[in-house]
Amino acid sequence: MVEILLDATVRAGTPILFATLGAIINERAGIINLGIEGLMLIGALSGFAATLASGSLLLGVFAAFAAAFAAGCIHAFICVQLRGNQIVSGLALTMFGIGVTALFGRGVVGQTIDGFERHAVPLLSQLPLVGKAFFQQDWLIYFSFLLVFKIWFFFYRTRWGLELRTIGENPAAADACGIQVNRYRFLAVACGSGFVGIGGAYLSLASTPMWIENMSAGRGWIAVALVIFASWSSFRALFGAYLFGGITAMQLRFQAMGTSVSAHILQMLPYVFTIIVLVISTLRLQKGASQQPGNLGQP
Amino acid sequence: MPDLLQLTHIRKTFPGVVALDDVSFSISAGEIHTLLGENGAGKSTLMNVLTGFYAPDCGSLQFEGQAVHFSSPRDSLALGIGMVHQHFMLVAAHSVFENILIALQGIPLLFPRQQLRTRIQQTIEEFSLDLELDTPVWKLSIGAQQWIELIKLLMRDCRLLILDEPTAVLTPQETDKLFSVLQRLKQQGKSIIFISHKMREVMEISDRVTILKKGCSITTLEQGDFDQHKLATLMIGSDRIPEWQKSLPFSDEIVLEIENLAVRNDRGLADLDNFSLQLKKGEILGIAGIAGNGQKALAEALTGLVRVDSGRVLAAGVDITRSCARNSYIAGIAHIPEDRKAIGIVPDLTLDENLILKNFRTKRFRHGIFQNRSAIRKNAAEKIDQFAIKAGPQGSPVRLLSGGNIQKVIIARELSEQPAVLVALYPTRGLDIGSAEYVHKVIADGASRGMSTIMISEDLDELYKICDRIAVIFRGRLIGYVDPTNASREQIGLMMSGEVPA
Repeated sequence: MVEILLDATVRAGTPILFATLGAIINERAGIINLGIEGLMLIGALSGFAATLASGSLLLGVFAAFAAAFAAGCIHAFICVQLRGNQIVSGLALTMFGIGVTALFGRGVVGQTIDGFERHAVPLLSQLPLVGKAFFQQDWLIYFSFLLVFKIWFFFYRTRWGLELRTIGENPAAADACGIQVNRYRFLAVACGSGFVGIGGAYLSLASTPMWIENMSAGRGWIAVALVIFASWSSFRALFGAYLFGGITAMQLRFQAMGTSVSAHILQMLPYVFTIIVLVISTLRLQKGASQQPGNLGQP
Repeated sequence: MPDLLQLTHIRKTFPGVVALDDVSFSISAGEIHTLLGENGAGKSTLMNVLTGFYAPDCGSLQFEGQAVHFSSPRDSLALGIGMVHQHFMLVAAHSVFENILIALQGIPLLFPRQQLRTRIQQTIEEFSLDLELDTPVWKLSIGAQQWIELIKLLMRDCRLLILDEPTAVLTPQETDKLFSVLQRLKQQGKSIIFISHKMREVMEISDRVTILKKGCSITTLEQGDFDQHKLATLMIGSDRIPEWQKSLPFSDEIVLEIENLAVRNDRGLADLDNFSLQLKKGEILGIAGIAGNGQKALAEALTGLVRVDSGRVLAAGVDITRSCARNSYIAGIAHIPEDRKAIGIVPDLTLDENLILKNFRTKRFRHGIFQNRSAIRKNAAEKIDQFAIKAGPQGSPVRLLSGGNIQKVIIARELSEQPAVLVALYPTRGLDIGSAEYVHKVIADGASRGMSTIMISEDLDELYKICDRIAVIFRGRLIGYVDPTNASREQIGLMMSGEVPA
């Protein structure tokens, strides 16, 4: 029972994890990206369409990354080059994502593909309790583990990461050090968006191997909130994403068990939890020790 | 000595303004060269030209005899020209190590962490500085942050260091330390451009002094050819220094009393901690301390801008601890804020409007719910005359005025209702000598009319000159009072670093 629940937790948490990591990369460079929801949809549809056409899941993931990368470039161009309003641009990106995927997705609604399959890691998958949940999963989930570590390593152990964090905190200082602020920011927004796209692709290639209109169902917004909850750290993002995954998994379980509580109420749980988390983490931020990049949102 | 850098006929204009008209001077290797000039004389623009932020319109730069052209800060850094900015270019959330690391050139993508730490540690020890590599920068004093900036440049093997008013944030002891480091660097053959308003320091450290005035370099003097008076005269012209008399002995009547005041900041740290102070009628009380030791919180607590956690503030016996800014103004406390452009004025409003920001509700300036434009205009004309404000065209936003004139606007407004107490936070910071003298005169004149002033400053010379008593603040606590007529600078310096006098 616990094993099954944990397994469902990881599977429900992974798309949110990718999206949160992508958003963290954006915000570390000082750019708020509220287009996460739209980017996830773009990633989901392009990933699905590419796999449907080519039969290759790997190509699907690449297509998801590339499409979201391209959409992220729009946001980067507006926020970095034109110094436009990041909030407006991000919201527009979400609207754009919802609209454009609904339009182009009509052709592939109802079609199916063979999604990602599970591959057990030898030995580790035999571990009690956590073995099945963490080491008997598909490649994308293993990739997400790697990404969590890679992002931490990138930010704290490489020069590029240090430079990117400096830009997010104090672009003038970065400039005085001879760092090319705009170029870094642009790339951070585009690449971060690409990872968000992979999160979307997880939905259409692994969770439910098909395209459904608006299938991200607010997960992008949860990711935006999780960035704050995770205080811009990739490891805490992993924890946060699985927390939400766990709540989603549980409410599904409750529904399956046929409790007397309305299914609508249960489906609300992850979103209610988002609000609670936001309130708590904002209070904590006010108390001090803010991890927020100093220059977040400033053009 | 060969010239390291030579500037000839540098000119730089911005739309409508000639920032630099004609600047020529040269810096030799192993020289400490001071740039002296009033605000608006073009020092900052000139530094921005040297560091590659701006390209000059005409004129040429020669580095070791080669003509050079900087199109970005990278170019000047590549030649070894580095600058310690007045506003430090540090990332507060990063550690000391990371802040230095970011400035280093040619670090591989995966940097050898341990090796670099050792290298930085060596430089720190070479100059016997006191820095912990893993401390986040926001926990450090301003003085320590300045060391980081300096180390950044040293690690980069800069050959020309530009220091923009480095001593403004230091205690006398720290200044001595800085000067000894600069002397060592000079012996190593490095060249230093030093910018300061403090004549005593200029005299102490400079090999040569170049004076800038209205965008022109008017002269360069060798050591031995100048004294304080000569420099001041050359810089501003002697006729412009207004005369004023230090006020008469003040009375014993207490107009403002602070009892055990505590203020916590956003991070939950104590800005003010059990702080007590008494201010007498007609007194000019100086608050000496290194920037960031609670001065700002003190000023804001007195003027009702921050919430006080505990303790009391009594103005003429009335408790105003919990009052808002408007009420403390009504209670007769005027405020010259630290950041004059952000808090002191509304930059986009006109001069007339800025002058009535605090009393626009009075009968004088309104007809019912409408403004009384003619009274407002008349008020402005009076103030412009009385405070010698160089106003621009009528109706233009006040942000276009120079720093000194903006300060005059603030002072004119704050003093217009004859306040009992003036809280002045760094009122002369960044002002040229002429404007600073004017501020001193206004405060001294006020004192002779019975106004009491709390003068918060980091310039000891200024406090010595104008204050009746000096209170020293350290980490939000009152360390003690000294009498400027018989206390030595060293004594105050020690108190500024927290040593309680025996």
